[in-house]
Amino acid sequence: MYFSEHNKKGWRLLGVPFIFAIFLLAVPIATMTTLSFWTQDYLTLIKTITLDNYKQAWFQPVFQTLFARSLIISLTVTFITILFAFPIAYYISFYGGKRKALWLFLITIPFWTSYLLRMFLWKVILGYNGVLNSFFEWLGVITEPLTFLLYNSNAVVLALVHGWAPFAILPIFVSLEKIDRSLLEASNDLGDNNLSQFFRIILPLSMPGVIGAVLIIFIPCIGDYITPKLVGGPEGLMIANMIQVQFSKANNAPLAAALSVTSLLIVGIISLLFVFLNRKYLRNY
Amino acid sequence: MKKSNKIFKVIVIFFLVFLYAPALLLPIFSFNNSKVISFPLSGFSTIWFEELLYENTLHNALFNSLLIAISSTILATILGTLVARASTRYIFYGKKISITFILVPLILPEIILGVCLLTVLIQLGLDLNLWSVVLGHTLLITPFSTLIMVSAFNNLDISLEEASLDLGMSSFQTFRIIILPMVSPGLISSLLIGFVISLDEFIIAFFLTGVEPTLPVYIWSQFRFPAKLPSTMALGTILLIVSLILVSLFEYFRRRMELYNYYSVGLDQK
Repeated sequence: MYFSEHNKKGWRLLGVPFIFAIFLLAVPIATMTTLSFWTQDYLTLIKTITLDNYKQAWFQPVFQTLFARSLIISLTVTFITILFAFPIAYYISFYGGKRKALWLFLITIPFWTSYLLRMFLWKVILGYNGVLNSFFEWLGVITEPLTFLLYNSNAVVLALVHGWAPFAILPIFVSLEKIDRSLLEASNDLGDNNLSQFFRIILPLSMPGVIGAVLIIFIPCIGDYITPKLVGGPEGLMIANMIQVQFSKANNAPLAAALSVTSLLIVGIISLLFVFLNRKYLRNY
Repeated sequence: MKKSNKIFKVIVIFFLVFLYAPALLLPIFSFNNSKVISFPLSGFSTIWFEELLYENTLHNALFNSLLIAISSTILATILGTLVARASTRYIFYGKKISITFILVPLILPEIILGVCLLTVLIQLGLDLNLWSVVLGHTLLITPFSTLIMVSAFNNLDISLEEASLDLGMSSFQTFRIIILPMVSPGLISSLLIGFVISLDEFIIAFFLTGVEPTLPVYIWSQFRFPAKLPSTMALGTILLIVSLILVSLFEYFRRRMELYNYYSVGLDQK
């Protein structure tokens, strides 16, 4: 009786948001998936089911290169960001004292300023007549502007690390905060030095935060459109740029849909892999 | 131990410099009296801000963005509040899976959301306009709103609600007089964050906006013209200040939410 009362009231509240999500999330994903099995001849859709788009998306070298590059760039960004974020989260959690909240606030502020402008600023900084080159010339360090700064994958990695690092710190910080400090005292008393303590206690226990951070960074990075378009040049374009081109200029929406579904699959598989690793890792401890 | 502490401090400071240095270029170059963005600086000027006053497309884009941000934030906060209330107060069939489903936009790349929504709108033969962006942004913001409201409702002591019902208030009165004021810091946080997200969102707007530009879409179009660079920097400076104010307000209300929690725990212990 109690349960059915809850059932009624719960669904009365959840009904509208749930229907909203069905219409704006489930239906669009289903439509996109259907579209990816159709083909388009100029402006007319041919609604016979075929795997042609997937054949193209998976086996044409252009798309393979773009998928591979998107993966490599996102994984590199994720790795560098975690490498950066961990010591910072560690410092705030263990040495932050009373100013923990202030530190976190300082670190997250830039995340809430315009992403578009932050990425654009990297173009301004790294460009041929940009801030860095003109600054070095002014100092007399260089005579010719450096050209290797902008329009390549490295520039994309740099800009993305800058864009997402603040977000990696939070989940790691939260998991570090949860570590019972008496465990550390115990391990010190039992003869662990700082290094072995780090690898045997702190790192394993903060793993859920690290995995959280990995997902938070990896997912938006692999689908990023703005950064590769602004600072990537032709050598640094990623899959999202191709999806947009197929949708607009190339006017091949079904292929764009197949590319999107494929990206979604990649994101899904890699995310599950990390979640699975996390479980396995935790079981050992 | 002390030495490693210092090394960490150096890393943190280096990181903060890396984090803030690019943003500092915005105010520096928007007050610089030169058409090119490079060193050395040539002199102080407010000409780039004045130029913004005469950009009609900009004003139009700003108006569109405000309209979208306000509508989608309010819609998303209502939806998020409903989800959060259901999630924190009731136990029902399919609760976990349906709420997880509503939170899915958090973990989808935005380009996928944009493509999905565009496909469905085209298939239905609907026109793209500002309202399609409102729908897209509502979808995007609802999960954020839900998470904020869940923590607001979690801070709410259920016995206050029960007391109010026992003392003869209707459930609507209870909601208006007891629940709403108690979760209002959460509501304000949700509105602020939703507003900031929507105002800044580019990809979904880019895909769904049709012919009417939003502010980020306008800024994106300005990137192509080197001559527009300094005034775009000036616009960026203004946006930077606006989002700093909004986020600081968010932080203020978030802390008040935590204080509420603190006090209600304190009452329990007495």
